[in-house]
Amino acid sequence: MKADSTIEAVFESDLRNVEAAEELVHRVCTSLGFDEEEQHKISMAVHESMINAIWHGNKNDPAKHVWVQFQIYEDRLEIRIRDEGTGFDIEQVPHPLEPGNLLKVSGRGIFLIRSFMDDFQVKKLPAKGTEVTLVKRRQASTDLNGGGVHREHEGHNTPG
Amino acid sequence: MEEEFIVSMRATIRQVNSVNVVDLSGRITLGEGCSQLRELIRDLLSKGQTKMLLNLGDVTYIDSSGIGELVSGFTAVSNAGGELKLLNLTKKVHDLLQITKLLTVFDVHDDEAKAVASFKP
Repeated sequence: MKADSTIEAVFESDLRNVEAAEELVHRVCTSLGFDEEEQHKISMAVHESMINAIWHGNKNDPAKHVWVQFQIYEDRLEIRIRDEGTGFDIEQVPHPLEPGNLLKVSGRGIFLIRSFMDDFQVKKLPAKGTEVTLVKRRQASTDLNGGGVHREHEGHNTPG
Repeated sequence: MEEEFIVSMRATIRQVNSVNVVDLSGRITLGEGCSQLRELIRDLLSKGQTKMLLNLGDVTYIDSSGIGELVSGFTAVSNAGGELKLLNLTKKVHDLLQITKLLTVFDVHDDEAKAVASFKP
């Protein structure tokens, strides 16, 4: 099925751009009529995915970028986030609710993404990098300014 | 020329009886917010202060790293023989601690006076 509308953005690997991505999520979700609680969940899922991409995937390397795509369908919002790192094995991520892991400092990001979204997929890209797909179902369909593809390049220190 | 700095988290410390009530506001996220919280707890411990009540009422956002920092602080304070408790969770923070099962770990309060009184002498 073809998406009704697509929005793309490219960010430099800088943690300050996590908030820029959250702002984009807010704008998209507001347009789509998601309520405040659902917006927060989607925003947190994107926040955690951006951190994974910038911090763990691209190792904070400013020469590497994070690509974010929103695809809006009548029944769902699909968000793809792609980094240029070496990838990770999701099966190796320990479950944070297991008794031995409860007091671990890290390892809750993927769990939160899974908890907040309706579907979550991780794909290792053939050349390099990892792409995660986050899906949130829509309760009611709304239009986003007539569809089409809109590309944004955002972020601090991004050349003209 | 005035420079504007983005401060992700603010913290002020009040002594109530022998308890350090830490009023936190803003974002506790990977980077500055987490570093500030880590240093604050480390600094209190280095001064022999082992009773901490973190007031999260004005915390607008906390991510998985922020949760990790709370857990790290809890462990550090417990290992020093002290207590670290939480006060005034927003619904969002409460929900996060619930789904991560950390409400079973932290002693959580919504009344400051009762929270202060709950610390061991």
